[in-house]
Amino acid sequence: MAILIDGDTKVLVQGITGDAGRFHTSHSLAYGTKVVGGVTPGKGGTRVEGLDLPVFDSVRDAVRETGANASVVYVPAGFAADAILEAVEGGIRVVVAITEGIPVLDMAWVRHYLRASDAARANGARLIGPNCPGVITPVTDKSGCKIGIMPAYIHRPGRIGVVSRSGTLTYEAVWQLTSVGLGQSTCVGIGGDPIQGMNFVDTLRLFADDKATDGVILIGEIGGSAEEEAAEFIQSHMRGKPVVGFIAGATAPPGKRMGHAGAIISGGKGAAADKKAALQRAGVHVVDTPSVLGATMKKVLGR
Amino acid sequence: MKIHEFQAKEVLARFGVPVPQGIPVESAEAAADAFRRLAAPVAVVKAQIHAGGRGKAGGVKLVRSAQEAEAAARGMLGKVLVTYQTGPAGREVKRVLVEKGSEIARELYLAMAVDRAVGAPVLIASTEGGMEIEEVARRNPAAIQREICHPVKGILPFQVRRLAFDLGLGAQLKPAAAVIEGLSRAFFALDCSIAEINPLIVTKAGEVMALDAKINFDSNALFRHKDLMAYRDLNEEDPKEIEAAHHNLNYIALDGSIGCMVNGAGLAMATMDTIQLKGGKPANFLDVGGGANKEQVTNAFKILLSDRNVKGVLVNIFGGIMKCDTIAEGVIAAAREVHLAVPLVVRLEGTNVEQGRRLLQESGIRLQTAASLDEAAEKIVAQVR
Repeated sequence: MAILIDGDTKVLVQGITGDAGRFHTSHSLAYGTKVVGGVTPGKGGTRVEGLDLPVFDSVRDAVRETGANASVVYVPAGFAADAILEAVEGGIRVVVAITEGIPVLDMAWVRHYLRASDAARANGARLIGPNCPGVITPVTDKSGCKIGIMPAYIHRPGRIGVVSRSGTLTYEAVWQLTSVGLGQSTCVGIGGDPIQGMNFVDTLRLFADDKATDGVILIGEIGGSAEEEAAEFIQSHMRGKPVVGFIAGATAPPGKRMGHAGAIISGGKGAAADKKAALQRAGVHVVDTPSVLGATMKKVLGR
Repeated sequence: MKIHEFQAKEVLARFGVPVPQGIPVESAEAAADAFRRLAAPVAVVKAQIHAGGRGKAGGVKLVRSAQEAEAAARGMLGKVLVTYQTGPAGREVKRVLVEKGSEIARELYLAMAVDRAVGAPVLIASTEGGMEIEEVARRNPAAIQREICHPVKGILPFQVRRLAFDLGLGAQLKPAAAVIEGLSRAFFALDCSIAEINPLIVTKAGEVMALDAKINFDSNALFRHKDLMAYRDLNEEDPKEIEAAHHNLNYIALDGSIGCMVNGAGLAMATMDTIQLKGGKPANFLDVGGGANKEQVTNAFKILLSDRNVKGVLVNIFGGIMKCDTIAEGVIAAAREVHLAVPLVVRLEGTNVEQGRRLLQESGIRLQTAASLDEAAEKIVAQVR
């Protein structure tokens, strides 16, 4: 058991014939992910060069032929919002959007659409990202279901969940969990954009109910109030499952966008200190440096 | 992308929001001339920089003659204006806006922004105009009205009416609605990330107009608004940040002495934080991205070393897609090319880490390696002290 995806998840790749799509799909396949095909409008009926996977013109066709229940979006930013909606309407349950740089008003439209769509509600469709590394559930020491761009080999199956707004910081945490012998149940990169699919609370709710997860590492950053909302949830719903947290951006100057579109302190809101304080009040073990995330989790679990 | 006040007013006027008549000028003589052309008894000379807080810093002056306009402009142009938003270095004023004075009866606040928690654009209004909205939110939150907007239709007519009545603009319903709708249409049509009118005024004659305006555009959406690039003012940007953008690098200049090169925005921020925690100060934020190559690493190195405050460099890479040996090659090439003269600490982890470390050791370049971010930060801080 894990959350969102497991060894049986059938994955469709939207934008599979682009460089990024093909490259990352080859790595997902090598990790044992059940990638069942891809979508590139106009190239339906062909096969992906070097990967021996079928290409379809639409998500609807691909789902009908392959039974895919998850998809990953590598489509360029200007078309990515549409690709997400096509996946949801095509019956996909978990849509993982890797694409960086989607206009924020496009994402406002996606969010609105997801709330209003009958298909989304019927399938319990969930969006992860955009601007994220993806989701991974390690199944054995060398294989699992990897949907996204994270390096597979740093992961090991284990009982710690990871949820994060940052890509490389997630790898940092994952690598430490592997190094201290804890491993991961599922790692979810929720992405660095101001408007996104699943947020901290949505993900924590799944971890709270997951029998295969004993504790959670939460990695936040400056901007917005998602960490404060997470703190509220943790206080009332995460009893018995310790949470270790880190917030990036304590030294970031206000008003400057620190790489991620969502990482900006504006109007005195979204500062790291406030987020740390809120998490601490909720009983989260907040660390000052990401170097000790793994060791802290180990200590907290008493292992 | 930020733009100037006079440009923001130009944009709003296009969408039917009344603004005071004004002329942007770049010399004191032209300011005098602008005063004459406005033919008004009172005008305002306003410094045009990409920062708020100009009034308190002496960047806004009331003038009653061409001579006064000229003197006010002379006092601002070419001078550095320091406001609470510019930081201590301030900004040089290259342009002033000479604007017809208005007879103000009421000052209100109106803005559109993106509400992250709701995931939608929101229209924010307050009866306390001319004040920072954050200050109002702290002191008198009841004075703030919010209307969540439909992501395609924008603000709906009933919401416009509701807002107008809440703001006490019942007597000016039509002109108030034009302003609210115009602001909403501009926000959606041009992919703004914020569009703010503060203050929105009601004149003694009953007109509703934008006395000051601020607009930021969503950088991610500029690909579909090529014409907006004409509003970009490179004078307002750090030359190192412009150079970095050319190479698809994410660089932000800070005021410390330790240059950082990191992959990933979150890890870059965490690296800055750790440097500070260990007693140093970061000179920059620099994210080389997930798929950087040797050239990009070399360019990144050059940019961060062009900052004269840099007394040491910390490279922190978690190689996933980006392989550690590629990073090492880039670091070696760059260090040779720029004749690196400051201490360098490299922390590599991830794909091909052994090859990467070996390349660094065999390169003959003077550097220290570290196994963790904490260790790397401690080492560079110790050397820069």
